[in-house]
Amino acid sequence: MDYILSILGPLAEGSLVTLQLFLITLLLAVPLGLGLALVRISRFRVASQAVNGYIWLMRGTPLMLQMLFIYYALPFVPGVGIRLPDFPAAIVAFALNYAAYFAEIFRAGIQSIDRGQYEGAKVLGFSYGQTMRRIVLPQVIKRILPPMSNETITLIKDTSLIYVLALNDLLRAARGIVQRDFTITPFIVAAGFYLIMTLVLTWLFQRLEKRHAVYD
Amino acid sequence: MPSMTEAAVRTGPMTNPMILADGIRKRFGANEVLKGVSLTLARGEVVAVIGPSGSGKSTFLRCLNHLETIDAGRIVIEGDTLADNDAGGHARYVADAEVRRICARMGMVFQHFNLFPHLTVLQNVIEAPITVKGMKREAILPKAEELLRKVGLFDKRDAYPSRLSGGQKQRVAIARALAMEPDIMLFDEPTSALDPELTGEVLRTMRQLADEHMTMLVVTHEMGFAREVASRVVFMDGGELIESRPAAEFFANPQHPRTRAFLDSML
Repeated sequence: MDYILSILGPLAEGSLVTLQLFLITLLLAVPLGLGLALVRISRFRVASQAVNGYIWLMRGTPLMLQMLFIYYALPFVPGVGIRLPDFPAAIVAFALNYAAYFAEIFRAGIQSIDRGQYEGAKVLGFSYGQTMRRIVLPQVIKRILPPMSNETITLIKDTSLIYVLALNDLLRAARGIVQRDFTITPFIVAAGFYLIMTLVLTWLFQRLEKRHAVYD
Repeated sequence: MPSMTEAAVRTGPMTNPMILADGIRKRFGANEVLKGVSLTLARGEVVAVIGPSGSGKSTFLRCLNHLETIDAGRIVIEGDTLADNDAGGHARYVADAEVRRICARMGMVFQHFNLFPHLTVLQNVIEAPITVKGMKREAILPKAEELLRKVGLFDKRDAYPSRLSGGQKQRVAIARALAMEPDIMLFDEPTSALDPELTGEVLRTMRQLADEHMTMLVVTHEMGFAREVASRVVFMDGGELIESRPAAEFFANPQHPRTRAFLDSML
């Protein structure tokens, strides 16, 4: 027991890195995903196809590869040549990757809204932007909560990939202690940390779903 | 009783018709649903459009407020051109902003209500005045509450549409359209999705509107409504306007054999 208490400190510090990556990714990827979805369903063929290609690329290659590419290869790409520090590189990779998934969730949500809602808004004089903002998206939020819940839980766990950039997230902190003390207890404690985080997420999404269920 | 001058304005040659549709053509792929339909509505007229399903009557209505775009023909709303033929005989619409401005004068009620499910009854009614017209909530509230009283749903103002019956939903939809103070109301089979015992309450609300001299174009299967409330009845079949006559005459003495055949089949 004393041993567990002694490793809580370093593991909590690791959790902080995990949570930072998680929150910043979410903050960037959700609006970016929404923007991509809106372009994807827009009338602008070329832009829509470009987004399509982007989503294919981001979902079709491993997140770890994307992260390594942004960290190690981007500085050598002619014309780009940006060298990002490790944590920002991870953020960029995660945000770009998750935006692709979120875009598909938003697109499915928007396309599930009945055409009658657009017509009802149109005959009342709503512009396309007003229809989206006031009528369609508020209904979309309710419908995409379950898949969004899924995706954010995956994100929490995916954050452990940043160990390849030698960032001290929760899992890497645990592994460090395992190698130092020759015991697997830190892994079990780390699992507990992840479970608590996903439990909080699950609870949050359930509350959101309940709040949006009032008009069912 | 309208005053003499008012009556003169209403019927005088100087006034523009509320709706002028001329030679409207519309096709969906190879299927020509409107084959040159023309119709004029004067202020305060209540016109019922009847006809078999697939006759193009709903499409015609939806063309008037730009829910469908026409291929050829001319649409003029209260003197303002919405669309007109170019030299090649293809319909050209005016600029988008102008289209929206003109169409805003027409309210519409749909067969399937199209209420906004995430908003309460009251919010459904005040949403467009606030978002589209930029009105303050306090400014539209008295009017919205008056409209809800008028359609008999004031006590349901905080309910969500999912808690309402079909007839109640349709009355909210009417109140919602009226909140934008339209000059013309279009009804697209407003009672077709309702249980028979619920159609009465919606028709009563529409009759009330007609009594207040709202200009109304109603696509309907309700012969009773057409006979008793409409000032004129229009019969459409196969994408053509077959007959258009004052309601009493229309039912007492239909001229066209297709009209007669249709009316016979309805009895």
